[in-house]
Amino acid sequence: MDVSQYLSVFLDEAKEHLQSLNDNIMTLEQDPENEDCINEIFRSAHSMKGMAGTMGYTRMQNLTHDMEDVFSDVRGGKIKIKSADIDVLLQCLDAIQGYVDNITENQDEGTDEHQNIIKALADIRNGGGGGGAAPAAAAAPAESAPAAEASAAPADGPADGADGSSDYRAIRLDPSVKSTLEEAKSQGKKIYGVTVHIQESCILKAARGFLVFKGLEEIGEIAVSEPNTQDIEDEKFDFSFSLILITDESKEKVEEIVKAVSEVETCECGEYDPSGAKPAEEKAEAAPAAEASAASKPAESKPAAPAENKPAAAGAGGAGAGGKKPVGKPVVNRTVRVDIEKLDVLMNLVSELIIAKNSLISAANTSGVSNGNVNEQIEYLESVTTNLHESVMKVRMVPIESVLQKFPRMIRDLNKTLGKKMELTMTGEDTEMDRTVVDEIGDPLMHLIRNSADHGIESADLRAQRGKPEVGQIFLHAFQDGNSVVIEVGDDGNGIDAEAVKNKAIEKGVVSPDQAALLTEKQCVELLFHPGFSTAKQVSEISGRGVGLDVVKSKVESLSGEVTVKTKLGEGSTWVIRLPLTLAIIQALMVIIGEEKYAIPLDSIQSIEDVSPSDIKFVENKEVINLRGSVLPLIRLSEVLDTESTKDPEEDMVVVIARKGDQLAGLVIDELMGQQEIVIKPLGKYTNKCKLISGATILGDGEIALILDTNSIF
Amino acid sequence: MNELRDNSDVGELIQYIVIKIDDEQYGINIKFIDNIVRMQQITRVPQVDEYLKGVINIRGEIVPVMSVRMKMGLAEDVITNKSRIIILKTDAGDLVGIIVDQVNQVLTIDSNNVEKVRYDDKKAKSNASFVSGVGHYEGGLVSILDLEAVVSDKEAKEKASNAS
Repeated sequence: MDVSQYLSVFLDEAKEHLQSLNDNIMTLEQDPENEDCINEIFRSAHSMKGMAGTMGYTRMQNLTHDMEDVFSDVRGGKIKIKSADIDVLLQCLDAIQGYVDNITENQDEGTDEHQNIIKALADIRNGGGGGGAAPAAAAAPAESAPAAEASAAPADGPADGADGSSDYRAIRLDPSVKSTLEEAKSQGKKIYGVTVHIQESCILKAARGFLVFKGLEEIGEIAVSEPNTQDIEDEKFDFSFSLILITDESKEKVEEIVKAVSEVETCECGEYDPSGAKPAEEKAEAAPAAEASAASKPAESKPAAPAENKPAAAGAGGAGAGGKKPVGKPVVNRTVRVDIEKLDVLMNLVSELIIAKNSLISAANTSGVSNGNVNEQIEYLESVTTNLHESVMKVRMVPIESVLQKFPRMIRDLNKTLGKKMELTMTGEDTEMDRTVVDEIGDPLMHLIRNSADHGIESADLRAQRGKPEVGQIFLHAFQDGNSVVIEVGDDGNGIDAEAVKNKAIEKGVVSPDQAALLTEKQCVELLFHPGFSTAKQVSEISGRGVGLDVVKSKVESLSGEVTVKTKLGEGSTWVIRLPLTLAIIQALMVIIGEEKYAIPLDSIQSIEDVSPSDIKFVENKEVINLRGSVLPLIRLSEVLDTESTKDPEEDMVVVIARKGDQLAGLVIDELMGQQEIVIKPLGKYTNKCKLISGATILGDGEIALILDTNSIF
Repeated sequence: MNELRDNSDVGELIQYIVIKIDDEQYGINIKFIDNIVRMQQITRVPQVDEYLKGVINIRGEIVPVMSVRMKMGLAEDVITNKSRIIILKTDAGDLVGIIVDQVNQVLTIDSNNVEKVRYDDKKAKSNASFVSGVGHYEGGLVSILDLEAVVSDKEAKEKASNAS
């Protein structure tokens, strides 16, 4: 069988299973008795073995097979997982990951047999005692494995259901369907019952089912199917399904069409007499009225069966089994995989549409068409484009989870390498961000967590001395805050010693001693972000190459975000990363400075104030204003941007209060134009030297306005 | 940026657009030209090199515009009715506009009739460094503009490294 067409499905699923194995093994380490977890691991290992076998990756199959054996024994209560075993299992996962990586690259699993891991796995089983019985027991699932994908826990349930649904004669009829059939019969049409068996090695069952339906619908009408079409499309069936077809064609023709679909094993086809279906109908009526449709059957039988047949899994598994598919995959929403480039194109088109909409608005204004109907239509268009933009943005959003899920494992490994006891808690894994941001944010977060582990958490002795719990806490909280996403990474460790940072900075020549003396504690801590700075007394493997934090900062800033740090010596520190939800389209305040138009991102604006020139005070020769009790530096944008202000110096000034982290500053502008949704366009490689400008946008009249980067003005 | 240097095969017929900057005529290989637009309002970008006049909007794309005159060390552009912005497209797909005083004609020159200018004694501020060759045609001679030299921001880099 040519399997290359399934390669991407295989890889996607393999990655999913690997992640699930990883997660579950980690859980198991905490709770070695967790049956749910063991079952889940067993199922994942089993599915992977089946998949690898189907795809012809024998080495991967062997390794997963041995892993499955271990868990088969664990499930059988023959052995218990010990902490040392977890290491072996994780190594085993790494090896499988290695296979998957190889396959991703060149469709070949590579030649590494990983004999040592296989041996170690065997040792786990032997060490667990009952060595004689175990291989035999393990061999059984192994033999039946490739075929019976579903031999894992809830298998019996759907299998039962399958018995019922594997024959068209057992299809239950709705009264309405029945009357349709009888009517068709009276019109002299032929009615066939068809039962299709799909090869058990088939990976894309739903697709095969769909092709059968499509083929048959060309020659007639499908009155009813068991399970229903929706379930078949969702792959909620075993390896066979039945349907009743109304057609003019012959039985042979029907069989021919069904068998033309690849991977269909057999097809039973026979005349169907609707009146003969009476008992079934009665049975259907006996069921709760609302559930009389054929769909009710699998829905009912699935959750119930495993609970009965599998008492072992019943306690904890009962709830889980109902929600889980037999193969152990999480129930996923119906999805379509889309190439990210196509989404980029879509996003660009939406951007163009918004520019066109803005042009239309300004054209309508300038040509003086103030007709009520025109305005109404424009407003309608505006709401449609805004919704469209939001939807496209949502499509591009992915949960940040995909980045976070590798961290628990990382902390575990760090525990061993650093000889510290640490625990990672994460919240808000489901926080969604633009795909491009999520792809980029992984490394900075990893840096911060490693930093916390290496520099933050103290050694066990010191912790005991300080009266802190033995296990160091590292946390990561992600949440959405308005139009931005905040990710906090922190620890309850040592905190940052501002003095040590200052001394180090002087030593490294980052600041002069004179400058350093003037720095506030906060400013000292900010020195950490300076390139080439590392306070690690020893350069360790984990961090301390002196590239960590400035890389974090520049990466976050390249995503138009900001990173700040809160720390208290002896109590821990928290790094706060704030990122925009999307990078392409933002709300901005349009302002006029001199003769030029600029856009200031609304996110960075705190408020807008009218300030009289007489309110300006001087601190160290710099202009400041006193705004409701806090003193803010005043920045005249016309000076920063080398242009001439058009305003009379005696007049009241318009001041935009901008925010950067906790700092505020007043930006003096000439005139306000109003708020607008703008599309950010890059400035191109010749003009991007200007740090003050983060991009440009095209206004309704085709004119260009530059977007001010308030972060770099401060 | 080597893609902008013209090293076509021998004997090929190449079309050049002949433009005027100051009193000199220059040819630009047509394959690098995306578009020629009339002078329009250029949005100034603060804090960039002087020869970068700003950005313009070409079909929804932001395109930087530079003054060849200032790059060559000539007097500031005098914008007339004949001034044009030539939008060049690099192989990398970047667009960049250059301001020229006038666009005259299209010339077809056999590549055998283009003499390459040697670079061994490149003088820093001489116009010669912006010429990659000289083309002969029936009406006379035309300098072929070295687009790589025109478009590069080498000077800026030097300046930056001197400053630091």
